[in-house]
Amino acid sequence: MELLEALSAKFNYWIYVIIMMIGLYAMISKNNLVKKLIGMSIFQTAIILFYVSIGVKEGDTIPILYHDQVHPSHGDSHHEADTGHGEDHHPSHEEIVANLHIEPDDFANPLPHVLMLTAIVVGVATLGVGLALTQKIYRDFGSIEENEILESIKSAK
Amino acid sequence: MKSFALIAVVLTGWLLLSAVSDFPDWGDTESPANDYRLSQHYITETFPETSVPNMVTAVLADYRGYDTMFETVVIFVAGIAIMSILRRKPLDHLKDKGKETRTYKKDPDLIIDTTCRLMIPIIQLFALYVVAHGHHSPGGGFQGGVIFGASFILLALSRDLQAAQRWVPEKRVLNLAGIGILIYSGFGFACMLLGSNFLDYEILHKIMPATPIEARSHSMLGVEIGVAFTCTAIMFSIYSNLASNGDMKETL
Repeated sequence: MELLEALSAKFNYWIYVIIMMIGLYAMISKNNLVKKLIGMSIFQTAIILFYVSIGVKEGDTIPILYHDQVHPSHGDSHHEADTGHGEDHHPSHEEIVANLHIEPDDFANPLPHVLMLTAIVVGVATLGVGLALTQKIYRDFGSIEENEILESIKSAK
Repeated sequence: MKSFALIAVVLTGWLLLSAVSDFPDWGDTESPANDYRLSQHYITETFPETSVPNMVTAVLADYRGYDTMFETVVIFVAGIAIMSILRRKPLDHLKDKGKETRTYKKDPDLIIDTTCRLMIPIIQLFALYVVAHGHHSPGGGFQGGVIFGASFILLALSRDLQAAQRWVPEKRVLNLAGIGILIYSGFGFACMLLGSNFLDYEILHKIMPATPIEARSHSMLGVEIGVAFTCTAIMFSIYSNLASNGDMKETL
């Protein structure tokens, strides 16, 4: 039972390690270059999952402020009703900030999200270049199986 | 090879899992990553400092703007690399020309054609929304750019590559991708010309009808538009090069 509790408190790490192992195995053991690239993508997904799961907080939401926080409505603001401003009065940035109260634990940690956005973009770039290289290899050797490519390189010598 | 791979993978997995007990629990607000004052600062001070409610976009395009600029360059370079890897030599191209007698004119399927005709403008409109509203709701330049590129890919899939190439020919792809990076770095250099640091948008209030804080928000929108240009162009170019095996004639 204790083991189960320890497992459930850290299940995100178990999942990321398992997905990462699948990707790593595909990258090392598969003969087909496209399958290797698929393994690389799975590996990247595992790392992305790891980072994003680090930024999670209990009971949080996405790291975007609520609409009510940045656009205080007229109904909520008793201050406005007292001064009797018109309906089209927009509070200035300073006024909003003065009334703004942000609890850091209400929002997920934005830093891992930003880093993983970078990782996703770089992942697209590497996957694209990898597929292009694979296509070029297929054009030159007529195969994307690693052992067949090695054989044709040897026989050409 | 297979057994060796299995041993290596299991060993790696065991090493990583043996460290799991030292990691913070799921959703722990006191964990080092969440308790560190940098991420606390991003959550509480992003809106007061930049007037952007979406912290992710603010960190991406403002606080870490230099990183994102070169991320855009990475996309650009990947697109160029794919083009140059797959492009055949001119000699091969001439050889192919002899047997290129079959004019590839597919009869467009009524259902697919009509559906895509209806969907592509809506996809493009949604992409523009994702770019333009990226600093107030989930979205941004990369996401919007990929959606916009996907609309051209849908056109290429539903008709043929030529139909999509009429809108984004190779030359325009390169121009758009370059323009995107020029917009981004242009914002950086504009800041330098006005006497501030590279990509320090606050100074841009001198040439924008905005306060220094709003200038940061508007500049973020500007650089996201630049990112979207590059992303749109390169996503379509990656697809068209990979799908046509580099000769840009016929696709899958």
